[in-house]
Amino acid sequence: MSLLEIKNLTVSFDTVSGPFRAVDGVDLNVDGREILSIVGESGSGKSVAMLALMGLLPDTASVTADVMRFDGKDLLTMSDRDKRSIIGRDIAMIFQEPMSSLNPCFTVGFQIGEMLKRHTRLGRTERKARAIELMQAVGIPSPEQRLSAYPHQLSGGMSQRVMIAMSASCRPKLLIADEPTTALDVTIQAQILDLLRDLCAEFDMALVLITHDMGVVAQMAHRVQVQYAGQKVEEQSVEDLFSDPHHPYTAALLSALPERATGRGHLPSIPGVVPGQFDRPPGCLFEPRCAYATASCRSSAHRQGPELGHALCNHPLINGAPADGTQAREITV
Amino acid sequence: MSTVLQATDLTRTYEVKRSVFGAPALVRALNGVSFELTPGKTLAVVGESGCGKSTLARLVTMIEEPSSGFLTIDGRPAVHTDKDLRRTVQIVFQNPYGSLNPRQKVGSILEEPLKINTADNAETRRQKARAMMERVGLRPEHYDRYPHMFSGGQRQRIAIARALMLNPKILVLDEPVSALDLSIQAQVLNLLIDLQAEFGLAYLFISHDLSVVKHIADEVMVMYLGRPVESGPAETVFAAPKHPYTQALLSATPVADPAKKRERVQLEGELPSPLSIPSGCAFHPRCPIAIPKCAKVIPAERLVARRQVACILAE
Amino acid sequence: MTDTTTTPPVQTQLRRGRFSEFWYYFSQNRGAVIGLVIFSFIVFIAVFAPLIAPHSPSVQNRDAFLVPPFWQEGGSLTYLLGTDAVGRDILSRLMYGAQFSLFIGLFVVVLSVTSGVIIGLLAGYFRGWVDTVIMRIMDVILAFPSLLLALVLVAILGPGLLNAMIAIALILQPHFVRLTRASVMSERDREYVIASRVAGAGSARLMFLTMLPNCLAPLIVQATLSFSTAILDAAALGFLGMGAQPPTPEWGSMLAEAREFILRAWWVVTLPGLAILITVLAINLMGDGLRDALDPKLKKS
Repeated sequence: MSLLEIKNLTVSFDTVSGPFRAVDGVDLNVDGREILSIVGESGSGKSVAMLALMGLLPDTASVTADVMRFDGKDLLTMSDRDKRSIIGRDIAMIFQEPMSSLNPCFTVGFQIGEMLKRHTRLGRTERKARAIELMQAVGIPSPEQRLSAYPHQLSGGMSQRVMIAMSASCRPKLLIADEPTTALDVTIQAQILDLLRDLCAEFDMALVLITHDMGVVAQMAHRVQVQYAGQKVEEQSVEDLFSDPHHPYTAALLSALPERATGRGHLPSIPGVVPGQFDRPPGCLFEPRCAYATASCRSSAHRQGPELGHALCNHPLINGAPADGTQAREITV
Repeated sequence: MSTVLQATDLTRTYEVKRSVFGAPALVRALNGVSFELTPGKTLAVVGESGCGKSTLARLVTMIEEPSSGFLTIDGRPAVHTDKDLRRTVQIVFQNPYGSLNPRQKVGSILEEPLKINTADNAETRRQKARAMMERVGLRPEHYDRYPHMFSGGQRQRIAIARALMLNPKILVLDEPVSALDLSIQAQVLNLLIDLQAEFGLAYLFISHDLSVVKHIADEVMVMYLGRPVESGPAETVFAAPKHPYTQALLSATPVADPAKKRERVQLEGELPSPLSIPSGCAFHPRCPIAIPKCAKVIPAERLVARRQVACILAE
Repeated sequence: MTDTTTTPPVQTQLRRGRFSEFWYYFSQNRGAVIGLVIFSFIVFIAVFAPLIAPHSPSVQNRDAFLVPPFWQEGGSLTYLLGTDAVGRDILSRLMYGAQFSLFIGLFVVVLSVTSGVIIGLLAGYFRGWVDTVIMRIMDVILAFPSLLLALVLVAILGPGLLNAMIAIALILQPHFVRLTRASVMSERDREYVIASRVAGAGSARLMFLTMLPNCLAPLIVQATLSFSTAILDAAALGFLGMGAQPPTPEWGSMLAEAREFILRAWWVVTLPGLAILITVLAINLMGDGLRDALDPKLKKS
């Protein structure tokens, strides 16, 4: 049984110019101890979906789902009180900007202690000892001194380690990391990613890694879910996704990577832009930019089976070309 | 081919007040940088926080003067009072959401450099602006719109168009695609490549994204805490980096191929603050192959395997 | 298990224009809309006072001293809100007084905004000793109790409405200087300003054309609130006899003339006071709504 099971999650925002569907019928499954990466560009709804799970969205958002189950417990019917004991303790989340995720008015030690106070029954000295232990586990040098440091005195990498320490303080079963290394330098990013991987192995944690960086996905994930304009368009194991993507968007994304370019000169790019609030196509959302779209794609998109990566596509690709023989077309956008 | 920019031993030091009564501390943002820019070629500057790449951008665009060293652009010394020289160097910034005036329409943004620097009348300015808009892939109706109506990629196009209005010879690109989605990144990079070929522009391309740099750079200069540690032809440097920092940087960059889970050169510790640069070679506290001599001697750049390396142990 | 997903048809409505987006947020605040309505009403009265006032504001009717308002015993419908000690119709005086109050507000705000913004721009842009000198002068002005300073200035310049307005403008100016300076300091290092510098823009262009349009939101809110402050201060000065001189039907000086009648003829004192209260309240409510509508952090999307 999956650790986290979400079916048909939809999040709609009430904006000045009408409702906006940021997440549109997304399914998600995470098993214990695996690393699932949700990858997508801006507007894909990858962050919003996880924020909806954690209950961190503003009042203007309405969240609906058919199933939202964590560790066998139904999150949709649970009382707020019970949810609060799960969120933060069994499910933890770290964010992109470590500098602004920490409260600038309180020391680091105080903030870790606050987490422990909320979710455990440890006494004061025990909490301090545990905080030091946690900081050591995440690789912060001289933790005893750092307890009394304020967030602005720490670098980006250190702040992110503190965030990870806070999240790991209650031994969560699931850690959600929303672009945890995007704001960090490359060498620090490597350290943080290694840390996350080691922690997951050591604490038996599952990790949902949200990112837009395909390199990070390739290095970290076991399974990958690709999202586009709020919908889930593909899900495969990481090796299969990179070697044989089934959805044309995934294939186009991979070929737009500079490192996959064959020689200097033009990179294959995807023409057009991600649909926003006002220009959502009636059928498949990728249709205006897809090289293999046909008339049927303008009215609906078919969800394929697991052997084709659950691709939301009428003409899924096998080995780079549509299985049903559809020819590539000229895209005018 | 003649060079359009020559920098020799540029340094830039800032004074930072530490306390009300104490002497100000000196931050060496740049500590002896030399390079050249050639028309039609791209020099990429690569490095992490504190390496001085932003300061370098400010010096080359003549927003600030170097504390010491020489900067020659188009054969003339670079002083910000030289109005003609101003037109030779323009800049494109990283953040598409901050680099355009929110209260100015696109047409006005593009015409502003012309208004300031040329005697063109309104009609000529309009025509030039529209021509440039078309060149960068914007539609005619975008002329009357405000920046907030555009996506990140489109804003970068506007920024690029604005930079090109004065027909500069040098374009400083400060992380121009880092804030863009991958598919848009490719579009904008393609545009930059085309424009370079068409106008013979020299690019100073600042980036931390090595995969982008590998694709677009002719020459590369890797910087660490204000000093270049390795510089040379991009292919040579990336194929076989000789400086331990370059090696660490390359191995730390994630590769989009699950089969290649790299053996990483793990760097210990944090980037030192530019306020307290380590003695000798600034990289020695984190260097996996450092020897005691590295803390005492500042390594000079020397020619090793067809590129310049600042490491006493490189060969 | 496969399923088909269909998405609803394309929404064709365009993104709202700037004004209608502004109006959306403004109208969320009920108080602000009420304030706007009342203020518009007052403006209407002020503009059309010569046409709709039942009597002339300065004509003294010898046979109608201190007539009470029409709903009280002794009142009449000729003088709806009663008359004052020399027989002038209060309703008409209030209507003409609205002209004065609005004019005062406008004059003071325009004067203090113009000078305050220019000084603030210079201070924020040039920094260094220019900034220090300007801000210290502003600190001195702010250190005085505002009315006291106004009194001193009027005493030097001589009593009269014009001098009162100049004095009040001087007192309100430091607020605009501070606001502008703060905005300029934060906009100065933004990339679009640097881009203009690289394009060769000079200081004047950078200050007035590039940065100033982006600093307007807090200034607009402060200007609205200063409008009401100006009316209050002018009324206070008028009450003290240092502002508008009789027979000007300015609300504050109407209060001053009526001091002795507080117990005998409440309407001569209370009605001008009410007029001031309602106007100032309406403007402050509008100012609140403006602030909410112009503050990007409170936006919904």
